[in-house]
This record gives sequence, C-alpha cells and structure tokens, in this order.
Amino acid sequence: MVKKLRTFFKGTYLGLMLVFLYAPILVLMVFSFNSSKTMGNWTGFSLRWYEALINDSTIMNALGVTLSVAVISAVVSTFIGTFAAIGMHSMRRRNRAIIENISQLPVVNPDLVTGISFMMLFAALGIRDGYTRMLIAHISFNIPYVILSVMPKLRQSSNMLYEAAMDLGCTPWQALTRVVIPDIMPGIVSGFIMAFTLSLDDFVVSWFATDGIQNLSIYIYSSARRGISPKINALSTLMFVAVVTLLLFINLKSIREKREADIQNRKLKAKTR
Amino acid sequence: MKMRRTMFAYPYVVWMLIFILAPVLMIAYYAFTSDSTFTLENLTGALTNEMYMQVLLRSIWIALKATVICLVLGYPIAYLLSKMKKGTASLLSVLFIVPMWMNFLLRTYAWQVLLSPSGILNSALEWLGLPPQQFLYTESAVMLGTVYNFLPFMILPIYTVLSKMDPSQIEAAHDLGANGPTTFFKVVLPLSMPGVISGITMVFIPAITTFAISRLLGGGKFMLYGDLIENQFITLGIDAWGSGSALSFILLILVLISMAIMRRAEREAGEEGGGKLW
Repeated sequence: MVKKLRTFFKGTYLGLMLVFLYAPILVLMVFSFNSSKTMGNWTGFSLRWYEALINDSTIMNALGVTLSVAVISAVVSTFIGTFAAIGMHSMRRRNRAIIENISQLPVVNPDLVTGISFMMLFAALGIRDGYTRMLIAHISFNIPYVILSVMPKLRQSSNMLYEAAMDLGCTPWQALTRVVIPDIMPGIVSGFIMAFTLSLDDFVVSWFATDGIQNLSIYIYSSARRGISPKINALSTLMFVAVVTLLLFINLKSIREKREADIQNRKLKAKTR
Repeated sequence: MKMRRTMFAYPYVVWMLIFILAPVLMIAYYAFTSDSTFTLENLTGALTNEMYMQVLLRSIWIALKATVICLVLGYPIAYLLSKMKKGTASLLSVLFIVPMWMNFLLRTYAWQVLLSPSGILNSALEWLGLPPQQFLYTESAVMLGTVYNFLPFMILPIYTVLSKMDPSQIEAAHDLGANGPTTFFKVVLPLSMPGVISGITMVFIPAITTFAISRLLGGGKFMLYGDLIENQFITLGIDAWGSGSALSFILLILVLISMAIMRRAEREAGEEGGGKLW
C-alpha cells in the first residue's frame, strides 16, 4: 500500500513537471488554429493564421534569410573548421594550444558580448551590408564547434594513414581527400549538423551583429515586444514540428547506427573467440 | 611533409585573428579608452553608477533564485529518472529535453501568451468567478520564464551522473545499516555533486547574461544587466560604446569568476562521475 502510494506520488511529480514544460508549447500550438485574434477564448477551428503567415512577405523573407544563412554558414564553417583541425593536429603543441585557446573565446563568451563585439568590429571595418554581417558572425561562432567535433576523430585516426598514403604514391592533396577526410567523416558530419542548428537557432548574436535585416528570431523578438500575434503562434508550431522531426530523425539514425556497430562488434568478438 | 599539413590551418588562423580575436580586443579597447587615450573612467563610471549597480545586483539575485528553483525542481526529476528501468528512463529523459529544441524566444513568447491579461490563466480565473490578475510584466513572470528556459540544463547533467552511479554503492550503504534518507544524504548526494555543479553552471551563467526574457515577460520594468548593455548599444548608439563596453567587460569578468568558482567546486567534488554535457 505504502509502496503504491509512493509510486503514485513519483508519477504525479514527473507528470506535473512534464505538464509545466509542455503546457505553454501546446497552448501556443492549439491557439494557432483559433479563428479569433484573442488568445483567451476559443471561437472555432481555422487555418487563417497559417494563411496569413504564408502571405506575409516580411516573415517569408526572414525565413529565407534564416535558412540561407544556416546553409551557407554551416558549409563554409565546416570547410574552414575541418582544414583547421587537420592543420592544427600536426602543429607543434605550443602553437596548437594558442589557437585552441583563442578558438574557445566564442564558446566561453556570453552570446551577448560576442554579438556586441561583432557590432563594433563591423562598424570599424566598414562592413555595412546586413546579410554579410550576419553570415560572417555565424561562420565565426560555428567554426570552433566544427573543430571541437572533428578533433577527437583525428586523434582516434592513425597518423600513419597519411604517411602510408604518401608512401604509396599519393600527393598530399590526394592523401588528404582520399584517406584522411573519409576517415574523419563522422566528425565532419556531426560538426556540420551542429553548425547548422546553432545558426538556425541563434538570436542574440544576430540581433547585435546585423543591421537592417531580419532573420526569423529577430522578427519574432521585435514583434513579440509589441505584443501577441496569432501569426507567431502559427510560425512557432511549424518551427517546433520541423525541428522535432529533424532532431528525432538524426537521433534515431545515430541510435540505429550505434546498435548496428554493437552487433558488428559482438560478431567480431564471437569470431575471434 | 609535416610542415605542409599545418598550412591547412592558415585560412582559419587569419579568420580567427580578424573575426574572433579582434572583436574581443575591441571591447577591451573601448572599455579602457576615451578619445583614444587610456582611462579607467568608463569602468569606474559603470561601477559607481547607482542605477547600473542596482540592475547588476538584481540580475545576480534573479539568476541565483532561478538556479536554486531549478535545482529544487530538477534534482528530484533526475533522481526519479535514474531509478527507472533503462528503457523508460531514456525515453522520459528525451521528453524532458525536447522543449529545449524550441527556440528560446518562442518558449518565452508562449508564456507571454499564457500570462497576458486576456490569456488562458486569466480566462480560467474568470471562469472560476475570480477577479483577473496581473501576471505579465511582473518580476515573478521574469523568474518563471528564466526557470522554464533553463530547467532542462539542470536535469540533464544530474541525470547523467546519477544514472552512471554504481548501484552496489547504495546496496553497500543499506547493508551497513543506513536507512533511506541517510543513504541519500551520505552517499547519493555527495556522489552526484559533479552533476549538480555543472547543472548550476549551466543555469546560472546563461541566466545572468540573458536579456530578452526580461524584456518580453517583464515589459522593460525589470531591467537586467543584459538589457542594460543592449540599451547602451542599440538605443544610445556610438556615444555609449565606452560605457557599454565597460558594462560588457564587467559581465565577462563576472562570468569568468563564476566559472572559476564552479571549476574549483567541481575539482573538490572529486574526479568521480563527471556530468558534462559539453
């Protein structure tokens, strides 16, 4: 009896906390289908806010900026970051430590400070175009994360691989693109995904770094400051569903890969025995 | 050949010097100069201005309270999750993380919707025959938003440490005659300290540097340090760069000090466990 009561309380507590975490999001989503503008009362199902969303050219432009900046900055930072990691890996320890420490700056710095520092830099350099500003800022805060996810793979892979490829007649470039890079590919891919999601989600750095251009976060912030609009509810619903689907897909894939690797290992072990 | 490979890092080194190192140096430059001459005026000005100091203390206070609330709410969640069967636990822990995948502005906006004068909470009060309340634009709303945004950051590291804990240690405590509470306070809690400390770090530091939450849920009435800095740069413009940089510099120092304290606490809590999320 006591035990039953205890499990009941445990379950209730976890349930209440989940309600606390999900209720706001669910309310937001439900009321995106409300036909009236006031959030308090339900007046009937309607898709009018979704229609308004699609027809809103400001929001669609912001979406375009968010997506294109995320793709371009992820691609560029993956390139620069991967080559940086390969280069740093064969540096002398002292030089590498210096570069690694400076690379930590965007990770340690509060986003607020990073954003402001970009704002001042761009003004000093005379870079005026808002899109260019956002792109440079995103590439810069992405690269360290790419390096962080490629480095461990490089440490795992053998240094001999590169030397062996060269001994077998590869040019340095061939050794790199045909041997080293395929070997560290999982690290590069996870670095790319990380860069993409960081860029997609960023608000604080973008808010300070750019001028006169809006991505989705900036749009949401500036319109939420003015008050509530069901259009933002519709937008949040779409974004939440998109992000959850994407991340579930990625996570399930990595879980499946892990399981397959486990099975492979077990088979190998069984064979060697 | 070794020389050749380091060259692959050169493009990044150039990028890093211009776009990572230079911006940070610029903050230091503006914080310590006025009309291109060295001065401590900006810094002393920021530290002696009564309003600025009030905002700083309020930020620290709200961040501390939010951290404590997150710990009190989050520890039991992590503990209960770690006691469950592995499959159920991993599924449930994902459920506690999913809200983190939503943009933090949207999560904050969701509370704006709930708390607004014509929002759900007030409609519920009306339905119960109670007078409407002012929920939005209060300090409690800012607190609520902060706790809501950062709670998963507290649960995760504690859960990681607790689920890695060797159950035989708890059995040993029981065998040696310790009852439930004694086992918890003498064995489980001390062993989970590394997770607790990373949880505190991951809530306190973002909470102290946040700026949009207080604007959206506090309506600008409960300015935090981040809002103050934003105000200097966005509203006041280039004339306030000196004082704005000084404020940013103070914030950065504050963050570095808290990180150093947490690192030290982590080391003292022992090398056991280690609930680092990143």
